[in-house]
Amino acid sequence: MAGQSVYAALEPLLPRVTKPIQYVGGELNAQTKPWDCGGDDTVRWALLYPDAYEVGLPNQGLQILYEVLNEDPRTLAERTYSVWPDLEALMREAGVPQFTVDGHRPVGDFDLLGVSFATELGYTNLLSALDLAAIPLHSADRTEAHPIVVAGGHAAFNPEPVADFIDAAALGDGEQAVKTITEVVRAHRHLGREATLTALAKTPGVYVPSRYDVEYLPDGRIRRVVPNREGVPWRVAKNTVTDLDEWPYPKQPLVPLAETVHERMSVEIFRGCTRGCRFCQAGMITRPVRERSLQTVGKMVADGLAKTGFSEVGLLSLSSADHSEIDQIATQLADRYEESKTSLSLPSTRVDAFNVTLANELSRSGRRSGLTFAPEGGSERLRRVINKQVSEEDLIRTTTTAYGAGWQQVKLYFMCGLPTETDEDVLGIAAMAKEVIRQGREAAGRPVRVTVSIGGFVPKPHTPFQWAAQADPDVIDARLAMLRQSVGRDKAIGFRYHDGKPGQVEGLLARGDRRVGAVIEAVWRDGGRFDGWSEHFSYDRWMTQAAAVGIDVAWYTTRERGETEVLPWDHLDAGLDKDWLWADWQDALAAAEGGGDGVEDCRWTPCFDCGVCPGLDLEIEQGPTGRQLLPLSPV
Amino acid sequence: MARRSPQPDGPPPPPTVQKIRIRYAKRGRLRFTSHRDVARVFERAVRRASLPVAFSAGFSPHPRISWMGAAPTGVASEAEYVEIGLTEVLDAGDVGRRLDGALPPDLDVLEAVEAGSGALADRLEASVWRLALPGVGDVTAAVGAFLAADELPVIRRTKDGERTLDARAAVLVLRPAGTEVTVTGSPCAILEAVVRHTTPVVRPDDVLTALRAVAALELDAPMVATRLAQGPLLWGEDDAAGGVADPLEADRTDQVAGRGVGVATGSA
Repeated sequence: MAGQSVYAALEPLLPRVTKPIQYVGGELNAQTKPWDCGGDDTVRWALLYPDAYEVGLPNQGLQILYEVLNEDPRTLAERTYSVWPDLEALMREAGVPQFTVDGHRPVGDFDLLGVSFATELGYTNLLSALDLAAIPLHSADRTEAHPIVVAGGHAAFNPEPVADFIDAAALGDGEQAVKTITEVVRAHRHLGREATLTALAKTPGVYVPSRYDVEYLPDGRIRRVVPNREGVPWRVAKNTVTDLDEWPYPKQPLVPLAETVHERMSVEIFRGCTRGCRFCQAGMITRPVRERSLQTVGKMVADGLAKTGFSEVGLLSLSSADHSEIDQIATQLADRYEESKTSLSLPSTRVDAFNVTLANELSRSGRRSGLTFAPEGGSERLRRVINKQVSEEDLIRTTTTAYGAGWQQVKLYFMCGLPTETDEDVLGIAAMAKEVIRQGREAAGRPVRVTVSIGGFVPKPHTPFQWAAQADPDVIDARLAMLRQSVGRDKAIGFRYHDGKPGQVEGLLARGDRRVGAVIEAVWRDGGRFDGWSEHFSYDRWMTQAAAVGIDVAWYTTRERGETEVLPWDHLDAGLDKDWLWADWQDALAAAEGGGDGVEDCRWTPCFDCGVCPGLDLEIEQGPTGRQLLPLSPV
Repeated sequence: MARRSPQPDGPPPPPTVQKIRIRYAKRGRLRFTSHRDVARVFERAVRRASLPVAFSAGFSPHPRISWMGAAPTGVASEAEYVEIGLTEVLDAGDVGRRLDGALPPDLDVLEAVEAGSGALADRLEASVWRLALPGVGDVTAAVGAFLAADELPVIRRTKDGERTLDARAAVLVLRPAGTEVTVTGSPCAILEAVVRHTTPVVRPDDVLTALRAVAALELDAPMVATRLAQGPLLWGEDDAAGGVADPLEADRTDQVAGRGVGVATGSA
């Protein structure tokens, strides 16, 4: 019978693996509904986060979908995560399939398998989960007996590299989209899998790769992407949730028994960002800005704390200090929680003194350990290229203010390998760090520390840098080595970086087309798993397998694209006008030479040029509301 | 803003005025929790239950929850003990019920009493273990060989390398306690052991390792161990019927005698 727990078969394996608690479920606020909760109409989702439980459990997206789906009495949703290789081997030996942690039900028994891709490096883990679930890797090989595999998350804005492995992709916000998909499946499944997929292909916001044919030019570039069924749209536009106050999820965040990467509760205070940083895919694909009101934020914090017992709350967004009422949110929440043992944090990285003021407010009674800022580029010239308009003076003033206010450590984020970057730009990071220390020490009257953290830049689809040549890993590694030398042995400066190799694989997967799927499969068959983990990632394996299947990695990564090239994701519509993106790319290149226009934030300088609001019939939703927190309801 | 000082501004946290001693069980799937997992779950449950738990002073105040010798990861227990410091005097039974309501199923509060005099940790002299050996039929010979040995050194791998400990001396009692049938239909011998708490502590795994060193035991699935009780040793080492007494008995006696009220501040 479908939906039976496999826990009895799993249990004897658990004492033999590391951290067995991650596989047993039992989280506070988890739900296990009866398999037939909606009778014959029941639609069942298995939601996969294709990474380890400790990373996947705190993921907000998955928690939101889990709750939204389970609120419907005729729908059931359970969660599943990637199993580490030690358990994978034992499961294969004992014949235990990929299971959900809620009911320990076989993933292959569900109607839909939703997979959330925060990063492209989860692709091989999707294949592991499919295979362990006895679901054919290729969409084309699946039958009525298999779940419909739906991808979501930011990486799903270019799902072409996994087009052969998924049946559909949901673009954009998922809250409403999962409900829509559920109803399409409920209404069409009696007609069979093919009819259901075609119905999904005609559903707004849903992309079904098999309903499109890709034609190529003789030189390997894409000629065009054509729908192969009547009624399937040429372009698929993303889903956008409006009025976030109507969607206050998660209402009852999951509290794991196991330790995870975020030991706190998160409340999203707004979605979208219009700062216009040219490297930032999240800021481009989540437009426009939609704020949650101060009152809803306050209620979500209070309700969530009561239901979880967490002692820390993070106020999440892409740039939290930009909420129109952030000063009131900070002050009023700090007033409310000052006497309790609850700490509030603003994981925002905007470089300005206002951010320090907010952080001071939120940490009124607590310890001031560390603050993070993201200047991203080491020189003002480079920061103009990426549209991160921060002067050296602003940055030093900000960090000095922080040290002066008692913060002990400042962390600075940079990227290496940005378009037009030179050795001097990267060496500028060392000079900046030394100046931060010098002035910080003066202001604080004590030794201070700064940590410089550097990631390799990966050009992403739907950004102005989608045409850019990615820097070669050797170039990145050489610049990082030079920087390392320049920082020297200064104990006040911590230096964290990754080599450029994983970034190149990420770049291949981020801007790849359907032909790249063969590399993913070959790597997985060769044992590739958990590519986001340095101890599992193998650059050599990716390069060897790419060569074996005839994929030229450089063509996909370090090649600059031209204006008229059809990009693999052009038929997927994030609302951004491609001409605007191109113009912004040209402005970036002009900025490198001292010209070019910067982009203002449209929240304060009205502008509709990116095309999202007029194109998708949306508008910015923001305060200030001028309201006060609602009183706490008595327990 | 003042310069960094060793203590935060403001008054010190309110003192501990009552300690509650709790016996709880770790059952079912939750046997796979580690001690750190359990500690985190308790801290959150205390907050969700809105218990007035006392906190330490300093920049990173932590709740006054004292743990004693937690059962290892993968091992179930009917007798784990923890002591919680409160800033208000409450009814112990009520504290237990509130805490149990806030804990996940399978972490179950079995008993809560107000602390009397004396340290609870000192009373936890030994544990009674139930060891289930899937796939093993008769254990009589193995038990005999185990008890006949003077010393049974086992090697345990730790973070810091390997260490050798004697798994024999701490085992005061080891007796067959029947046979069950596993889900797969194979026999499953049950052992009961009374193990004195020594340093380093001898764990169920060590007893099994030692048993396998003196007798051929083929398990077809990992052993399932459950702590049934821990407390003061009831009988002498040579008594084959030995066991442990209830470690909270003294606290209950103190309550009746009116000796248990009030404790030194902040010493949880």
